[in-house]
Amino acid sequence: MPDTMNVKLQVKRFDPADSGGKTWWQEYEVDVHPDSTVLDSLIEVREQEDGTLALRCACRASICGSCGMKVNGNAKLVCKTRVVDVAPNGEQLTIEPMGNQHVVRDLVISLDTFFNQINRVQPFLQPSFVPEAEYTTSNESMENLLTSMNCIMCGCCVSDCTVLEVDANFIGPAALAKAWRFTEDPRDSKRDERLKALNDEDGGMWDCTRCMKCVEVCPKGVAPMDRIMELREAAIEAGNTNTSGYRHTESFYNSVKKNGRLDETRLAIDSAGWTNIPRLLDLAPIGIAAMRKGKLPPLMPHKSEDHKKVKDLYKSVEDES
Amino acid sequence: MYEHDVLIIGGGIAGLRAAVEVTRAGADVAVISKVHPVRSHSNAAQGGINAPLTDRGDDWEGHAYDTIKGADFLADQNAVEVMSSEAGEAVLELERMGVIFSRGEDGKLGTRAFGGQKVARTFFVGAITGSAILHVLFEQSLKLGLNVYEEWFVTKLIIEDGTCRGVVAIDLKTGDMHTIKAKAVIVAAGGAGRVFEPSTNALICTGDGLSLAYRAGVPLMDMEMIQYHPTTLARTGILMSEAARGEGAYLLNASGERFMEKIAPDYMELASRDVVSRAEQTEIDEGRGIDGNVLLDLRHLGRDFIEQRLGYLQEVSVEFLGIDMAEQPVPVQPGMHYIMGGIKTDVNGATNVPGLYAAGECANVSVHGANRLGANSLLDTAVFGRRSGAHAVEYIKDVAGHSHAEEDLASEKARIQALLDRANGERVATIRGDMARGMTKGIGVFRDQASMEGALENLKNVKSRMGGFSIENKGKVFNTDLMFGLELEFMVDCAEAVVAGALTRKESRGAHFRTDITERDDENWLKHTLMYRDEEAEHDVRVETSDVTITQWEPVKRVY
Repeated sequence: MPDTMNVKLQVKRFDPADSGGKTWWQEYEVDVHPDSTVLDSLIEVREQEDGTLALRCACRASICGSCGMKVNGNAKLVCKTRVVDVAPNGEQLTIEPMGNQHVVRDLVISLDTFFNQINRVQPFLQPSFVPEAEYTTSNESMENLLTSMNCIMCGCCVSDCTVLEVDANFIGPAALAKAWRFTEDPRDSKRDERLKALNDEDGGMWDCTRCMKCVEVCPKGVAPMDRIMELREAAIEAGNTNTSGYRHTESFYNSVKKNGRLDETRLAIDSAGWTNIPRLLDLAPIGIAAMRKGKLPPLMPHKSEDHKKVKDLYKSVEDES
Repeated sequence: MYEHDVLIIGGGIAGLRAAVEVTRAGADVAVISKVHPVRSHSNAAQGGINAPLTDRGDDWEGHAYDTIKGADFLADQNAVEVMSSEAGEAVLELERMGVIFSRGEDGKLGTRAFGGQKVARTFFVGAITGSAILHVLFEQSLKLGLNVYEEWFVTKLIIEDGTCRGVVAIDLKTGDMHTIKAKAVIVAAGGAGRVFEPSTNALICTGDGLSLAYRAGVPLMDMEMIQYHPTTLARTGILMSEAARGEGAYLLNASGERFMEKIAPDYMELASRDVVSRAEQTEIDEGRGIDGNVLLDLRHLGRDFIEQRLGYLQEVSVEFLGIDMAEQPVPVQPGMHYIMGGIKTDVNGATNVPGLYAAGECANVSVHGANRLGANSLLDTAVFGRRSGAHAVEYIKDVAGHSHAEEDLASEKARIQALLDRANGERVATIRGDMARGMTKGIGVFRDQASMEGALENLKNVKSRMGGFSIENKGKVFNTDLMFGLELEFMVDCAEAVVAGALTRKESRGAHFRTDITERDDENWLKHTLMYRDEEAEHDVRVETSDVTITQWEPVKRVY
């Protein structure tokens, strides 16, 4: 193995001081040890090529969460991203600051977006009593929470969340995974209140579109979207059914059960709620636009030829549970 | 105008625990940290936190003695008694705040074994105990609405009439400098691992707090006591927790022998860290290693066990080395990990400067003496973080008002502007690298007069270049380039104190092992070294010594 490896980087720079903010791309090339991570390469740039390059990093061991940034378009913790894995043939790497968060300088983003989201879920244990020694609970219940406690608050999920891209009010994947850590904690006494709040809240648990991006980019296996789905199930079980999210789920379920396929028109109206006139009026222009383009789904659904088979499937699943 | 009753420098476990205590007492408190609290290096503590829980048949004297023996009798026994007797409540309290400690069959907190102790009394969360505790304390800080100066870098403590009255700091996000006034300041700013290279420590562990106190006239104590952790990954220095050996992993040499059998037949791989690191280094030096490493073997523990109890270690091993620990042993070597020495405090965290406290790795109470036991660092932060907060609250009751002085802000602004105005010179990183490699070479697992003098010579060379480095970034917003320059100045102070302590101690004790004087000398050296910054002294350091406090355990030969 050769002693060094050549790494080519294209870094998105931002200088806020330069007449209100200037963004540009800068290319670097450094020689580093062949096992090096992307972070090692950036540190080499900062220490030996360009002291003006700003980035955050601390532990170098994927536990402090400082060094989230985009590598070739996807958020990564660069201390655990080896160069050979993302540029096996010496390709130039594109490095940008994380998305959905305000850039302070170069690769440094403001932490406010992330921690404001975390703050929305009352992110602390709220027990109903204080024991003299410790709370007695099963080891399994604590190990279960490791999934979320593994979160190091690096912000990669928030960076690449496709909902936050269009709706800054969404509470975000990290905060919801944090909330799950309390709804699942047997020591917490506010489970129902937490579920109700996240169910009712604008930008709450139902705003996730299940695109999987947070699961894909999370460097610690927290899989925020899976936690969000569990929150939804728990919220429904706890009786929170008066939401478009729940009605959407129910309509989806019933329509496929009945017709063997999705009745999209009914899904839209069911989700809005049949008596929710303002929301239904909101839908009207979308329907008209769809009609003009010939994209309006049939008003009466066609039944799938195999809908009986689908019914059988439903029955066997329902019998089992 | 920034004013608080108590200002805490550092947002790790010691700092946040102190902040919780001050808040509970109803005083106005703020934390100032150069990183967001959850980025602090407390995260890196993996294996667990020790506590002798009496309802489980343990007793605090047992833990105290193991700690004192681990310390090679250099710890002050009154301080260890405080730590051990308060340990149980400290850990239980963290649990009640929300830490998801592993449980036993009965649903109560469960333990794992750790080095230097025959009783399994280490409480843990997988291999992320520090992170799990830090994040829960951060949760508590949100609950309490704690005021945090995030990403502010302290450049100087304000000392007026011999008492500490606040700090001067740079807001990294704007580059502006401010005075923050306080009736008491608690330094909880972490260790100084970056004085060495390689090190398990985060890049932020640059001895800022140690140097700030040192410059304010507080002695740094036993700085020669540098812990080399037995299991760090080659080249990167990334830590593989002692939890691996606590759960039963073996250390093997090139011929597959468990070499600890020769050194510590009773404790084997779980002898104290200095002992294990020396054994490894001996294997490596005598040609029984593999490319400068020995092997950490977990294969017999089985995949499920490894992934369940040591998940983070498996993650690191796979991602940084491409090694699946269930299939293959991991090459490891001793690596600089922790500094037992630090800001001299009493058991309340108080220093010799009224109004100035210290807690956590930057402090030396002293409970770790010449060698810290694994899982005692988290305990130290929790116990003495709380105590320093509680005592600071008492102290400020007698402080009438805030300082009115602004001279320090002006002089610090001038000093930093002069640094920015320097003509093009050497890079900070070049000087730091030279300093840190020289320190590891001279103040290593093994040391002798010649190696330590080599470190001193190297340091002299480094100091002669300190006036000649320059800051390339002249901007204001998030100027880390400037911060690295200021950190280097802090690190050089720490390095000087380390070398001075090492050259002073004419014996081998704990982590300070001299191949030219291999025995412990209780008659002459059952003493602390105290390093004072003194520009009139040789190399700017004046060294004094003080007696170790012995309460109930007379020093005996240490055998594992």
